[in-house]
Amino acid sequence: MRYVIIGSGVAGMSAAEAIRSVDGAGEIVMVSEDPHGYYSRPGLAYYLTGELPDKALYLRSREDARKLKLTFLNACVTRILRAEHALELDGGKSRLTYDKLLIAVGAQAVPLQVTGANLQGVVKLDHMNDARSILSQARRGRTAVVVGGGITALELTEGLLARGMKVIYLLRGDRYWGNVLDPHESQIVEKRLAEEGVSLRHHADLAEILGKGGKVAGVRLKDGQTIRCDLLAYAIGIRPRMELVTEAGLDFERGILVDEHLQTNDPDIFAAGDVAQAFDPLSGRAVLDSLWNPAREQGHAAGLNMAGRRTAYLKSAPFNVTRLAGLTTTIIGAVGHGLDEDVFGIARGDSETWRDLPHALVAQSGFDVNHMRLLVGEQTLVGAVLMGDQTLSWPLQKMVAGGADISSIRDKLLAPDAPIADLIAAYWMEWRKQIAL
Amino acid sequence: MSFINPFKSDTKRRTVLTSGQVVPEPSRCVQCGICSYNCPIGIDVRAHAWRNEPVKHSECLTCGECVARCPRGVLRFAQTDLFEGRDA
Repeated sequence: MRYVIIGSGVAGMSAAEAIRSVDGAGEIVMVSEDPHGYYSRPGLAYYLTGELPDKALYLRSREDARKLKLTFLNACVTRILRAEHALELDGGKSRLTYDKLLIAVGAQAVPLQVTGANLQGVVKLDHMNDARSILSQARRGRTAVVVGGGITALELTEGLLARGMKVIYLLRGDRYWGNVLDPHESQIVEKRLAEEGVSLRHHADLAEILGKGGKVAGVRLKDGQTIRCDLLAYAIGIRPRMELVTEAGLDFERGILVDEHLQTNDPDIFAAGDVAQAFDPLSGRAVLDSLWNPAREQGHAAGLNMAGRRTAYLKSAPFNVTRLAGLTTTIIGAVGHGLDEDVFGIARGDSETWRDLPHALVAQSGFDVNHMRLLVGEQTLVGAVLMGDQTLSWPLQKMVAGGADISSIRDKLLAPDAPIADLIAAYWMEWRKQIAL
Repeated sequence: MSFINPFKSDTKRRTVLTSGQVVPEPSRCVQCGICSYNCPIGIDVRAHAWRNEPVKHSECLTCGECVARCPRGVLRFAQTDLFEGRDA
């Protein structure tokens, strides 16, 4: 039996470990065009700020791969030949046959569609090589313009700032991350960015990147204004990598459609991670996530299914913990709605389900660095945003995911000036006993 | 009783540190490795978080460096059962 995994991210590695836990003898081959193999992609943000050296991001040694009996192949898969159960590598230079195949190729940055997007000095943050390229071009005292939204745009902003650049952050809309954060939360982030020295420009729509000698020299906005800069970093959303899929005749919408067993319409082909649009039995819809933990869980379930152990992937309330302008922020469940003008579709570290807010009322506390917003449904909490103090983030994550019945404290939570942190803490102490956490 | 024990808080702190251990919440972890990188004695805390295992390492000083540095609140101190029944 030969298992082939395309992609070397967390979904792929998690699948390899799951396969090996069931099948001690089968051959596992991981194919990736990324020469860096398996590393912490979210950790690239901390590499940019200088908190970590790049070598700290690599997650498995040769010895680990040997123990797992995993073969890594640095090659580009150019076609999936389903009828032959084979992959065409590097445009036909070689072939690799498979018995079971996992597509875990992830997502990549939506490209900028403006004049000048190919100039040297236009950067994005998908891979290790992108991060290295940014660091090699970031010059202390020079100016960088950042466009886009969501977490990655801020990671770029903070990374460039940490490297001593002057950063101008352009937002098309009137506030940061408008379809996940509420106006007050956007304001907290923007205020902190301004305090760190970032120059924010609202309603600033990029029209053209200006170049000189093949390098970025500035930008022109749609209102005619020009800004001089040496670097242009963008994060306007990500898109599942679908090049292989469309030609192979696998079912897809925005991502590869898979059932709750991560299986595509071909029973020998599975998909997991950012490229998969996984069926969610609870909502009855297939959704995209671009989050580490769902990718890990999907990879695990896919690996078990590939090795013959039938396992359903049960999506739990999606959440992410991130730093926004230096402030630790947790987003749990459904918290927002609508569109964000700065992101096309989905951003990295994002979940479509965060914007599925049903009818819910808001309870909130805190007005500056320690802020909490709860989305209160009929009987349960449907979502939460915590900025700063994270004491209640773990309890809230469990309560939202576990559908804790908060009827007994609902009215108190929604009362004006309610001490919601105290109410949640007291409720949690009782609830955790009931569910034996 | 109304006497003041000047060592009370320090004793408490020490008890937590000596009888506690670092426990990860893997669903929050993205394996960035800031914990392992900052561990003064080089324990691979990140690998514990991947495997969902508490840091039961004989050399762990419970200094709290990894807990404090983790940007995603993955790690926390939890009391072990080892000293259960002792006065905290």
